[in-house]
Amino acid sequence: MNASANTPMPKVAIHKFASCSGCQLAFVNMGTDLIELTKLVDIVHMAEFGHVAPEDEPVDVAFIEGSITTPHDVERLLKIRANSRYLLTMGACATSGGIQALRNNADTAEWMRSVYAKPEFIQSLSSSAAIANHVKVDFELWGCPVSVRQMLAAIRSLLFGVAPQISREKVCQECKRRGNNCILVTQGAPCMGPVTRTGCGALCPSFGAPCYTCYGPAENVNAQSFGMCLMGLGLSPEQVARKFASINNAAPVFSEATQLFSGSAWMEE
Amino acid sequence: MKDMRYFPRAGLAELIAAIKESGYRVIGPRVEPGQGGLAYREIAGVEDLPRGLSDEQSPARYRLHPNGSQRYFAWANTSSAIKPFVFTPREKLWTVVRKEGRLHFEANHEVAKKTAVFGVRACDLAALALQDAHFLRGAHTDVFYRARREKLLLVAVNCSHAAETCFCASTGDGPEVSDGYDLLLDELDDGFLIRHGSTKGAMIMTDLVTQEASPEQISQACAQGELCRERQTRALPEASRLPGLMQRLESPLWDEVAERCLACGNCTAVCPSCFCHREFDSPLLNGKHSEHWRDADSCFSEDHSYLVGEVVRAHTRARYRQWMTHKLATWVEQYGRTGCTGCGRCITWCPAGIDFVDEANKLLSAEEEA
Amino acid sequence: MMKTHNCYVPHEAEIIERVQETPDIFTWHLRFSDAEIAQHYRFRHGQFNMLYLYGVGEVAISVMSGDGENLWHTVRAVGRVTKAMMDLPVGSRIGVRGPFGSYWPLDIARGKDVVFVTAGLGCAPVMSSIRYVVEHRQDYGRLVIMQSVRHRHESLWEPQYEAWRALPNTQVLLTASRDQTRWPNWELGRVSVLLEKADYNKEECVVMMCGPDAMMRDTAMTLKGLGVTAANIYVSLERNMQCAVGHCGHCQLGGKFVCKDGPVFPWPEVEALMCVKEY
Repeated sequence: MNASANTPMPKVAIHKFASCSGCQLAFVNMGTDLIELTKLVDIVHMAEFGHVAPEDEPVDVAFIEGSITTPHDVERLLKIRANSRYLLTMGACATSGGIQALRNNADTAEWMRSVYAKPEFIQSLSSSAAIANHVKVDFELWGCPVSVRQMLAAIRSLLFGVAPQISREKVCQECKRRGNNCILVTQGAPCMGPVTRTGCGALCPSFGAPCYTCYGPAENVNAQSFGMCLMGLGLSPEQVARKFASINNAAPVFSEATQLFSGSAWMEE
Repeated sequence: MKDMRYFPRAGLAELIAAIKESGYRVIGPRVEPGQGGLAYREIAGVEDLPRGLSDEQSPARYRLHPNGSQRYFAWANTSSAIKPFVFTPREKLWTVVRKEGRLHFEANHEVAKKTAVFGVRACDLAALALQDAHFLRGAHTDVFYRARREKLLLVAVNCSHAAETCFCASTGDGPEVSDGYDLLLDELDDGFLIRHGSTKGAMIMTDLVTQEASPEQISQACAQGELCRERQTRALPEASRLPGLMQRLESPLWDEVAERCLACGNCTAVCPSCFCHREFDSPLLNGKHSEHWRDADSCFSEDHSYLVGEVVRAHTRARYRQWMTHKLATWVEQYGRTGCTGCGRCITWCPAGIDFVDEANKLLSAEEEA
Repeated sequence: MMKTHNCYVPHEAEIIERVQETPDIFTWHLRFSDAEIAQHYRFRHGQFNMLYLYGVGEVAISVMSGDGENLWHTVRAVGRVTKAMMDLPVGSRIGVRGPFGSYWPLDIARGKDVVFVTAGLGCAPVMSSIRYVVEHRQDYGRLVIMQSVRHRHESLWEPQYEAWRALPNTQVLLTASRDQTRWPNWELGRVSVLLEKADYNKEECVVMMCGPDAMMRDTAMTLKGLGVTAANIYVSLERNMQCAVGHCGHCQLGGKFVCKDGPVFPWPEVEALMCVKEY
């Protein structure tokens, strides 16, 4: 994009797989930092932006949005990995499989028949998979959508030649730094902060709305105990299961919790 | 009791006005509109205070209820103590500019505002003294803490109401305030008793119309405190028994509490004496300068005990053990007393409702049986 | 230290020389940019500095030797900060804050046998102390230096150890725990192999030890078994140090702040908690 004088700028590509494009939109919406960013890196591929480079063009950093749902996705992803120095997932879909991974527990052939008039034209894998299920991921940026602040910090770190620093602490820590009163305690709200990874700045609870796990599981999650806490607030086991079976339902910790509280694969009923 | 004065309830507005006229922003207990519960927030005047409200606290639960009275301070405590106004949860320490390969470091100079905290409790004043010991009295002073601490005016109100989670009587820190205040109030049915504990407080009192407190008013105030003490149902083990926790480091009870603990760190965040914080850099996107910050941190986070390639306290069992043994046992080696002042916040604000006092009692009674 | 001072701010220093010791260990020769700071900088053997990498963060690294005008640090590139530090060329500027913490008991050791036991990069924090003892050889009894590495090719400063070997009343013992070949002057196995061969007065000695927690724990036990008084054993601990002045709380070991009460401790002060898993 930005023809540099002497040393070539690092090349960045932003690739899209099965997703709503919300993470790319968040990126486009970052404001003046985007102008600053284009002075630092060469964005060679970003469909949302109108820059399209072939997947086999070597890049320094590839950001991946979206999950892997078709055989063609797998081919593209392998090419991208082979041609990228660092590969970072961007958002819930790429990092854990996204909301669309809810279909992983269903019968693909059956729902395809029920949705499409001619299902034989649809080529789809039986699951929506995280990028890491197929290739090595260097760093994960969670969120639905991803936090642009985190993305920029990751790019800055890579430009400095250091690993991005991505905290896995619970949302509660940031919520408390903001001086919020805990709505779980004051209102009995089923806020998922105690099991959810930081990164959003405790956005929802700061406005009195319960966290719904869009940044995925934090480190050292105690899903069983927390599920019991939610039941203590009046939720049924089924409702608890659905709390975990949200945007990051296929993240292993959350999918195990879903199983635990639904007693069986809950999609089947 | 000789300097005790009385003023009717309507005088409270005057007192707040006098504090504001002395150049303070006034922080007081108020209902947090978005989330509910009481929090210390900036107040304009008495209209922002929780008149006629009482708190109901129990493990993992905090609710406010109308109590039918005209009182402003018929509650036990707020969600946070004085801590955020001196040890701020996020602070910029310094900035570094990189120019032509050279690094230019610039210290951040905190310009603290004169701040009055209105309605502080005995437990919170005791915890403030603990934080003073940590941030001010070592070989190195925390300049940010000190700047804010020096600008603080503390208006304490003796407790007339104990929550179910309160246990300050057992730590010896309440319910009556003993020192550390600039002004101290007792709320009665129709007004307040007031006395000063510093020159700053005395100066403000001179602007206030008061009369001599009657012996009846004074004994009413004492009776309230006594009732508050009697109503406390929880009690920590005696201080002399607490070092026994260090003999129980391999107790199976730590595993038992770890089954319930969410390792979310809410207890450490609301604890009025917890001081841990982590440092980090926040570089500008263009790389031309970087800011060095600190964030309040928790011993329940993995970063807390991180060493290259290893997290020393990898499991919740070890993290909960660190939290409790530091607060109740090893703190004594550091600051001459325990780090707990009996406010009960760690019990109320634990989403899993873990009862710190109960756990400590269980651990120590297990020790004595062993 | 003045009470009005913001103790968290580093001072600029220049990398005036660098040595790649092994593929992942390098040594920096640093100099404070401000001549006044350089002149007034004094450290005691065993203390550490906080080294700051621009835009990234700080790490606690023991002072290997020198003074403010010629400061030497040996660093292993293992973490986020240190890996990037290894790429910095000579002439780069970093930030330095220090010195911090307690120091080796070279005064207490005077007149006694001095025993150094180190493993891996644990040799760096004792280097300046060994040099001090060598320079003041007449003030001390027998000098025993034990160093353990995994492979001989990972060892640092072998010529230096060989030179010490030639000194009177001095014993140098080296071991490689994972090598297959037994090199001349080298043993095969862990520190425990060396402890059997070390010859010094168990009753009148001071031991200074630095290495992984487990190695120090095991060695302290063995030494006690050999008749060394626990109070004469000193260890240097590594914990998560961020502020370095006892404020941030990360380095606590029970009631101790490792950054200001340590990193050097008499073994009895830390023994109980060092033996508790995950404390």
